[in-house]
Amino acid sequence: MTEAILIMLTLGGVCGAVLSIASKVFYVYEDPRIAQIEYYTAGANCGGCGYAGCSAAAVAVINGKASPNVCVVGDAESAASIAEIMGLDAGSVESAISYNTCKGGERKEEKFSYIGVATCKAASSLYGGKNVCGVGCIGMGDCVKACNFDAIKIGEETIPVIDSNKCVGCGACVKACPKNILSVKTMSERLLEFNNIDGKLAPCSQTCPAEINIPKYISQIIKGDYQGAVNTIRERNPLLLSCGRVCPHPCETYCRRGIVDDSVSINQLKRFVADYEMNSGKRFPITCAPDTGEKVAVIGGGPAGLSCAYFLRRLGHSVTIFEAMPTLGGIIKYGIPEYRLPKKVLDWEIEGIVNLGIEVKTDTKLGRDVDLQSLFASDFKAVFLGIGAWNDYALGIDGENLKGSWKGINFLSSVANGRKITIKEKKAAVVGGGNSAIDCVRTLVRKGAKEVYIVYRRTRKEMPANEVEIIAAEHEGIKFVFLAAPTKVIGNKNGEITHLEYLTMELGEPDASGRRRPVPIEGSETTLEIDMLITAIGQSPDISFIDKDSDLKELKTTRWKTIDNDPLILQANLPYIFTAGDCATGPSLVVDAIGGGRRAARSIHLYLTQAEEEESENKIEPVENALYKKHIPESIFETLEGVVKKPRVTMPELPVEERIKTMDEVDLVISEKEALTEADRCLDCCRICYNKETTETQA
Amino acid sequence: MGDYILLAVSCILVNNILLAQYLGNCPFLGTSKKMETAIGMAMAVIFVLVLAGTITWITDTYLLKKFGLEYLRTIAFILVIASLVQFVEMFLKKSIPALYAGLGIFLPLITTNCAVMGACLINIKEEYTFIEALVSSFSYAVGFGLALILFAGVRERVLIARVPKPLQDTSIALVVAGMIALAFYAFKGMA
Repeated sequence: MTEAILIMLTLGGVCGAVLSIASKVFYVYEDPRIAQIEYYTAGANCGGCGYAGCSAAAVAVINGKASPNVCVVGDAESAASIAEIMGLDAGSVESAISYNTCKGGERKEEKFSYIGVATCKAASSLYGGKNVCGVGCIGMGDCVKACNFDAIKIGEETIPVIDSNKCVGCGACVKACPKNILSVKTMSERLLEFNNIDGKLAPCSQTCPAEINIPKYISQIIKGDYQGAVNTIRERNPLLLSCGRVCPHPCETYCRRGIVDDSVSINQLKRFVADYEMNSGKRFPITCAPDTGEKVAVIGGGPAGLSCAYFLRRLGHSVTIFEAMPTLGGIIKYGIPEYRLPKKVLDWEIEGIVNLGIEVKTDTKLGRDVDLQSLFASDFKAVFLGIGAWNDYALGIDGENLKGSWKGINFLSSVANGRKITIKEKKAAVVGGGNSAIDCVRTLVRKGAKEVYIVYRRTRKEMPANEVEIIAAEHEGIKFVFLAAPTKVIGNKNGEITHLEYLTMELGEPDASGRRRPVPIEGSETTLEIDMLITAIGQSPDISFIDKDSDLKELKTTRWKTIDNDPLILQANLPYIFTAGDCATGPSLVVDAIGGGRRAARSIHLYLTQAEEEESENKIEPVENALYKKHIPESIFETLEGVVKKPRVTMPELPVEERIKTMDEVDLVISEKEALTEADRCLDCCRICYNKETTETQA
Repeated sequence: MGDYILLAVSCILVNNILLAQYLGNCPFLGTSKKMETAIGMAMAVIFVLVLAGTITWITDTYLLKKFGLEYLRTIAFILVIASLVQFVEMFLKKSIPALYAGLGIFLPLITTNCAVMGACLINIKEEYTFIEALVSSFSYAVGFGLALILFAGVRERVLIARVPKPLQDTSIALVVAGMIALAFYAFKGMA
């Protein structure tokens, strides 16, 4: 007996000794946090997280490849503990759950009926599935089988329905689905997404320069989930109050309903939810990813700069905005008059963005107060240029600099700044046909000008201004002088303007822009009696800072004085400089600048997070399959069936007699009831299918 | 030589550790859902079983039998196999990280797997010589791998078949396992 005990003890001792020696000899340094993190994982080695066992997942967390909530079995508490080990704020841990992107269901059409092995994988290998729509759900439930947590079932509509309480966001369903129907993405990943040529996108979402998921927020409005709708918009556009007011809504042009009926008033719905938030008295919370500690300088606090700063902040970077003017807002603050976008509304919106933790330095101009050298010295790793286009073009005619002559943006920003300008009883002419010109004339009317002319060298049809703006100007009594090219400004001996001389034009052959080129009729000089002239014929970016800064000498620009870059990547030829908005595109829409700001934020994020690993000379990889400003041909229809005509909601506005006396906002918000009726007009389109209406469904 | 081949065939097919001896059922059901996992598991079992068979044979012959402690065989084997697997894990991590990455998660899972333990005990019970023990350990492991991979293949096919509700998942797996076992039963005639 003693012998047995002794031998077993010896055997145990030998094994123990060998192991302890081995642990010294074969010691591999491991981050001690790996063991700590592994302690908080479930320890089941289930592989649900996509890594080979819990220790592999722990290693991935340490390497920053997985987030603290990597363990799909662990609860929020264990994720928080892991976040603490990693030194992250537990509250900002990003979680994701599965989201079904296909709305096909019962409404989708089939090419053939399929009798075969009941899996999506098998069904999709036969001509890509039975659906007419190549990207839609097949509905055989491969995702249901793949889900380890019983969180997915195929609902009545034969599309996956996800139980958000059970879903842990492991992504098993995503891997199982042959059609990419399900998406498990964290907030950061969603912010970085682009519209894709294989996307399940309605024509309106394809058109939107900011790539907002329009049908999603309209369906959220229908459900009464206004906060959800605001959050959906905010994933692409932080300036929803402003866009809800000033956006020329190119999306509505492509609204499928518009083929047979009036298009859905998408922008008014956006404005409705945006105003709903503002009027509710509290801000809906905006989530941000954990801090990365990287610093980015945003030059210019206009729509592009604000958008870029907002998305960078949500991705966890530290952002400082440098603004040359006394307050943020850029062209939408100083260039868009009060009656279209009240300063109070804009300031409220900007405050919400700045409150995310963005530092702001106003009255600070690049090239005057800061330069690249000082930015790098303060640890900024990347610079975003969103300086806009503030240099007005000149007419280049005699007498242009006489007393009483103004430039468009200069005039509008002076009015916005509250500078005293005598306009009362003046006879004023505005040269130009764009939105700035219309903004000038409508401002002049409100400031008491006796007669206001708009002088444009083509006809009304060619005017680049928004149609609604032109109509509003007509209502307000603006006189339009078409086919007129100014040749001379005539003044009296005091140097004050008395007349504008112009040549009458006729339209000739179409030019490069597709518009018919105006040709002067000889000897048709006419004079117009005026005492004030505003030139609003376009702007270019002020890039004088480039010559002042030796570090920027190499920066490539175009002949339109814009900064040269790829419209998707937005990285300039200097790899640490990114740019968007008017200074990259030339004068364009607010929503273009916002979309550009997000694309630039994505590139900056990639530049900051990937540059060290990949030796690609800090160039951001081109984006494949991005839809960018194009349309998916199969989703653009010529004709449409199954639509019952319903009138579009009309925009409530101040009566003309009242509005031309004040700078009060002209367009008013629609009521909740109107919003719901309007939202109901939406066909909830996807790539091909949409909700068909019958006379019964209307009743 | 012929004897060894006969022994190998007997261990792989006739006395297959999973389907004829019904040992190691947990990994058989647990890791057979996916072909990838099944292959990884099979490789890990071959690796561990050869090592375990060798070391237990040595322990038994030179330690336990010498001191007449055969009644402590089971507990001694557990100790030896567990230590061995731990040792091998450390060794691989340091010296052959690529192999560790492939087998890493399976090694601790089969530390004291009943198939491994069973094969080692059979080696002793049948009074194999060292070489025979080596061949039989390897063959049992190959048999394990064969059955596991066959079964995983079948289960992947079952997954896309229309299975009646009450029989879904583990029930159908057990039914299928029984059928494969019946098929292997036919090898009995060869011995």
